[in-house]
Amino acid sequence: MESWILPLFGGVIIGLATTTLLYFNGKITGISGILGSSLKKPTPEIYWKYTFIFGLISGSLIFSFFYPQFFNYEIPMGMTAAVIGGLFVGYGTRLGSGCTSGHGVCGISRFSKRSLVATLTFMISGMIAVAVVKLF
Amino acid sequence: MKLFFSFISGFIFSIGLSISGMVDPNRIIGFLDIFGKWDPTLLFVMGGAVMVNVVTFYFIMKKGQGYDSCELDLPVKKDVDKKLVIGSALFGIGWGIFGVCPGPALANLFLLNANMIAFFLSMISGMLIYQLTSES
Repeated sequence: MESWILPLFGGVIIGLATTTLLYFNGKITGISGILGSSLKKPTPEIYWKYTFIFGLISGSLIFSFFYPQFFNYEIPMGMTAAVIGGLFVGYGTRLGSGCTSGHGVCGISRFSKRSLVATLTFMISGMIAVAVVKLF
Repeated sequence: MKLFFSFISGFIFSIGLSISGMVDPNRIIGFLDIFGKWDPTLLFVMGGAVMVNVVTFYFIMKKGQGYDSCELDLPVKKDVDKKLVIGSALFGIGWGIFGVCPGPALANLFLLNANMIAFFLSMISGMLIYQLTSES
């Protein structure tokens, strides 16, 4: 099978997932925002965030029972990169109001100028980071 | 009912991430590694998702409401500001360092890989640091 077919198909499924949340809940699928704001004091208005997160954690788990070959990868980076990378991703997505899902997938689909700028910015800085990491 | 649909959305999103290969940090680093052996997979994933959403979001937003008169909660900010650009740049650095953004961080938790869990906890810490240090 062509190597781009599964990624494209996976992307379409991601699109359907974000459409589901907009249609039934009226919400934009911004995973960093959902995760970040779910850390605040629990109120009934944010219960949907908990079930969304639970779905996100369990979907891949259930999928792996049927298709374990999708999870055959080695984690390429070590503990130091995990800790530093995590801090940057956590702080940066909250300061920049979004990540790959909210800005990249949903924002661009709404033709949001903010999201287009955000997406280009994190792709370029990610490319620079990878180039710099490779020097070490 | 809404809690159920947000669960379904997260669940489907997670399966989409798995099928597309975007749970694998090697694919992300490959995409960002433009000076090495570049892997364009991410563009097909984003393309597939955006292709769906451009159509579905258009109709949902045109109608101005979701299922059962559900109110749409869309981002209100329109201007590109310093926070958006700096936050996105920081996010990109972390994304390049470890190859994982918030969605895959959750979808990969079930692997119980020590580095992945460290990344997740560090990302949550970064989000909390932002929340504790930002004014509102």
